[in-house]
Amino acid sequence: MPSRIPPLAITAYTATSALGRGRRAHVEALRDRRTGLRDNDFTAAPLACAIGRVDGLEAQPLPAEFAEHDSRNNRLAWLGLGADGFLDAARAAIDRHGASRVALLVGTSTASIGSTEQAHLALEDGRFAPAFASPALHTPHSLGLFLEHVLGTRGPCSTIATACSSSAKIFAQGERLIRLGIVDAAILAGVDTLCGSVLFGFNALELVAPEACRPFDVARRGISIGEAAGFALLERDGAGAPRLLGYGESSDAHHMSTPHPHGLGARLALADAFARAGVGAHEVDYVNLHGTATVKNDEVEAALLADSFPPTTRASSTKGWTGHTLGAAGILEAVITLLAIEHGFVPGTLNTDTRDPLCDARLALANEERAVRVALSNSFGFGGNNCTLAFGCAA
Amino acid sequence: MNGVLTVHVDGIGWRSPGLADWDAARALLRDGGAPALIGASGASPALLPPNERRRAPDTVLLACDVAGQACAMAASEPAQLPCVFASMHGDIAITEHLCMTLAANPLELSPTKFHNSVLNAATGYWTVATQCHAASNALSASGASFAVGLFEAAAEAHANGTSTLFAAYDAGARGALAETMRAEASHGVAFVLSPERGARTVAALRLRHDGDGDGADVPEARGAWFGVALLPLFGALAHGHSARLRLPAGRGTALAIEVLA
Repeated sequence: MPSRIPPLAITAYTATSALGRGRRAHVEALRDRRTGLRDNDFTAAPLACAIGRVDGLEAQPLPAEFAEHDSRNNRLAWLGLGADGFLDAARAAIDRHGASRVALLVGTSTASIGSTEQAHLALEDGRFAPAFASPALHTPHSLGLFLEHVLGTRGPCSTIATACSSSAKIFAQGERLIRLGIVDAAILAGVDTLCGSVLFGFNALELVAPEACRPFDVARRGISIGEAAGFALLERDGAGAPRLLGYGESSDAHHMSTPHPHGLGARLALADAFARAGVGAHEVDYVNLHGTATVKNDEVEAALLADSFPPTTRASSTKGWTGHTLGAAGILEAVITLLAIEHGFVPGTLNTDTRDPLCDARLALANEERAVRVALSNSFGFGGNNCTLAFGCAA
Repeated sequence: MNGVLTVHVDGIGWRSPGLADWDAARALLRDGGAPALIGASGASPALLPPNERRRAPDTVLLACDVAGQACAMAASEPAQLPCVFASMHGDIAITEHLCMTLAANPLELSPTKFHNSVLNAATGYWTVATQCHAASNALSASGASFAVGLFEAAAEAHANGTSTLFAAYDAGARGALAETMRAEASHGVAFVLSPERGARTVAALRLRHDGDGDGADVPEARGAWFGVALLPLFGALAHGHSARLRLPAGRGTALAIEVLA
């Protein structure tokens, strides 16, 4: 078991998704139970499914100085970075600590692969046309390169790409670098955007629902894919700021695209998150579940919920609002969890009519007004890659 | 702490075209040679079950091969080791295949190719094959993928007080994407890194992230993470010498490495 860690302050955070730009848009959509999902209008080839699309990215190129980075993914990063004053807060932290004392840690599963797809649609004599020749677009690190250019950080900078746990794991990475004294702050960014690879890839795996996803519903039929950008700033101190209390990371060691049938990896991640946070299940007010609405994920997670938490814990999946934003899901749902703490409410589970009998009343379908002091967020990815984050209210 | 992380190398894995393991690479490096990186890596790691060996792409074979070598040399049980796998390009042959299929007939995308396309395919196959339930990380940092991955593995080793497996790998490919990125090199290396010196330790690495230099360091955007800048590290490990080197780690930043024999 890992040792307890000192909590860190989350001094700024924001998200942009199909629900809108910034925290207020997310709180309002969650409170109003207004989904961001719509019928697929993204792919050129028809694919009957719902998507969580961010409007307007097509018409918002990056500023000319960042043209080499111009992709749908980096446009969404740019849009999200400016929300809720996050860019100003990040720049203030860089001024406060010094650029070399601030890490830039990003998580994404697809990076700018949408641009690589476009380049293949427009090959000239079997080669990329000049418009698609920028190497900054065709690397898994494209988001990191772009944000490092924008922000001018001089601390460690990497892209974690562990599929759907990517941008949860950057919280763990940031905590380690701060605790070891390598840096004094970490700017965390998770961005993933709609692209053909994921829509047709998950479709090939028969994991995409034909309608808007219904997490934990007895008749659930799979995921709805969405896009999002989330950002958080981790520092040692911050009056009034919510806290990162702990995290747990694990591997299922079971299968590339199917979770462990008994949720072994998920249970290990939860146990490590409790140990680092120094909290027990009885203290957890809310769990934002991975809740993808695949048959398997929700089955495993429902059992985990029933086995590991007291009846007082409330849990939900918010993917009926945003869709599954893949590599951005970790930080998007971390932001939603922080909003639940800040605003004192538990978002329910949208689109779900009849709970799977495996779920008990711990699964909140309706929204609930209640104080949330300690909350968890689960993110589980392909390759059996799991991460659970623990957050707490301001000290 | 002053920002320096010292880790002890307990095991080394290596594979490049014509050099099947660290013993072969060490012999070449001791004779002053430089490894060739173009060609098939030939990796076919026995620790993957035959079915998985058949399904796994070259990048996964390469990563699992060198990771297995490093664990064997360190006499470390892979099931207990957290791991960090780093790749500059991911599996460029599969990305190319996905993009060509999407351009031609997206509904014919192969589900196996799709799940093999994620950057953490190697950690997925590795953790399944070794029954490793510890944390696994898959990371990329353009031309700095080796340097940044090594530093991350060292940070994990110290933050968790446990030995940590680090592997860096890329497999060359053909096609429009590979040409744009000059992704020609096939090469994998791995270390088992420990926060404390142990019976199997062959060298220590003092690592410092340097963000206060003149800003001239810029990682390669194309090509490979392995190049002449890395030869002093592997040369020192081969000879049992000490050495100092500096690798670009990001935009204007570097990883300073001191090898202590």
